[in-house]
Amino acid sequence: MTRKEFAYFFLRNKKVIFAMCVLGFLTFLAVVGPYISPYKDPLAFVGLGYQPPSKQHWLGTNTFGQDIFTQLVHGLRTSLFVGLVGGSLATVIGLLIGFVAGYRGGWIDELLMMFTNILMVIPTLALLIIIAAYLPYRGIFIQSLIIGFTAWPWTARAVRAQALSLKTREFVDLARITARRPLKIIFGEIMPNMMSYVFMVFILQFGGAILAATGLDFIGLGPTRGMSLGIMLQQATLWNAIQLGMWWWAITPGAVITLIVATLYIMNTGLDEIFNPKLREM
Amino acid sequence: MRKYLTKKAIIYLITFFFAVTIDWVIPRFMPGNPIHFLISRFATLPEAVKVIQSYFTQAFGLDKPLHEQYLNFWRALFRGDLGISIYLYPQPVAKVIARSLPYTLIVLLPAVLLSFAVGNRLGAFVAKKRKLDNFALPIFYTLTAAPYFWFGILLAWLLGVVFRLFPIAGAYSFAMTPSFSWRFIVNFLYHWVLPFSSLFLVMLGGWAIGMRNMIIYELEANYSRYLESLGASQSLIRRYAYRNAILPQVTGLAIQLGTVVAGSLTTEIVFSYPGIGYILMQGILNQDYFLIQGCFLFIILGVLIANFLIDIFYVIIDPRIRKSYTGEV
Repeated sequence: MTRKEFAYFFLRNKKVIFAMCVLGFLTFLAVVGPYISPYKDPLAFVGLGYQPPSKQHWLGTNTFGQDIFTQLVHGLRTSLFVGLVGGSLATVIGLLIGFVAGYRGGWIDELLMMFTNILMVIPTLALLIIIAAYLPYRGIFIQSLIIGFTAWPWTARAVRAQALSLKTREFVDLARITARRPLKIIFGEIMPNMMSYVFMVFILQFGGAILAATGLDFIGLGPTRGMSLGIMLQQATLWNAIQLGMWWWAITPGAVITLIVATLYIMNTGLDEIFNPKLREM
Repeated sequence: MRKYLTKKAIIYLITFFFAVTIDWVIPRFMPGNPIHFLISRFATLPEAVKVIQSYFTQAFGLDKPLHEQYLNFWRALFRGDLGISIYLYPQPVAKVIARSLPYTLIVLLPAVLLSFAVGNRLGAFVAKKRKLDNFALPIFYTLTAAPYFWFGILLAWLLGVVFRLFPIAGAYSFAMTPSFSWRFIVNFLYHWVLPFSSLFLVMLGGWAIGMRNMIIYELEANYSRYLESLGASQSLIRRYAYRNAILPQVTGLAIQLGTVVAGSLTTEIVFSYPGIGYILMQGILNQDYFLIQGCFLFIILGVLIANFLIDIFYVIIDPRIRKSYTGEV
């Protein structure tokens, strides 16, 4: 697919445009939010407790009188950061392991796939819990690293399948016959054909990392300092926000997460239509 | 077929071995030495430090050489000894887990099986129907994108607090004691509805999307085209497409198991449902490491068994695997 062709379909795909708009808005909110909020510190006690949304508190306050909007924009920052770092790391590891296994084959493949299959069966959250529980101090960065190092197995398997099918194609054989160097074959012939796929994998990993972090935060293993959407939900549950009918505290943070992840999925479907002509609705 | 299942079983055994090793390694070799950290929390009470130090030395067997510690860990495991819970002292961890397990299973199993059955049907039904598809797809995407526990919070708020239809905490009313009376069973089911539905609905979205995509793919396949050119009815072609599309969905079920289990654990916390997830959170909040480690092992054991059952099921529904391993193809 040429660049021009790509741009043509990209700009005409409603799903992708919609997703870009929503993600753009959320990123904007995460970057600018902390500055436009009247309160600086998400943990500061700035008003009365139990306040529904109002002019002073755009999204209300929690039981202790902390401002929900301020917490939300700080939490959004954390979530996007974890998604970016954790998602990238998982994609890179999965890409490397899957590619080496598929391209080299032989005992390296057997060994790597055995390791991948083992990690794949172990539930990521269980693994995250056992690691995070023994870390006395946890930051957002550490959390992203643990998520990245545990979320790659399915990517490795998928990439391996791709590499296996690509390396036996005619154009790769042709490059081999003409004595091109292996590295040139990898980066010149195979990688360009995988890039669209890898990009879509990254989007899924991005969403997956955000969901994993939310789960960890909710279960009580979030960052020991700082604010995140998962921590907001955990506190809301621990302090009976649901029973007290404080929807602005218990519902809003999760709605933002759902919006992010749903948008990523929609973007993925849209990109699939762009890269895969069979699926286009034209 | 036997060869296929043996191969799978060996992988699962290795995985279990690996998981137990992680469970043993992490408290001992994690940077920052978690056991020292635990002890240091009591530093203001020098008398307590001594007691706790000796307790942990004994409990983790820290005074013995490493390989012996490791063997002892396995020996204790085979005796079903997972240590003593600190949070529910002096109950053994194995007993605490055994008591919570039924609550987790009774929500998780029906939710997984029913959402798989219904989600696949729904996905197959909406595929390639332009209007219905455009309407249903955003709903499915929203469902599957929601964190399980957040969807639980949403349902609890809507149906439990706003409309007051269902209770939102516990597995049965506090005034009751578990028994096989009608009154108790009705009360139990009444409390079960919300945790079950939140798991069921979130999973439903995922299965429906997966099935929809697979059906679209299968309807493009050569065999479908051929059937169409023969003049076969749409419903017949769809039936064949469904039978082919269900296979990757079953594989997907195995891959999704971890996420699903994690989802059910967090959902239990929302509804204070006394399953594994709820006691796991209590363990975390109270730094009850034996309880956390015990839950970890149990979750993995459960997922491994479920994986193996799915493998057996896969062999039953896909004749190709059965034949390829007995050399008939």
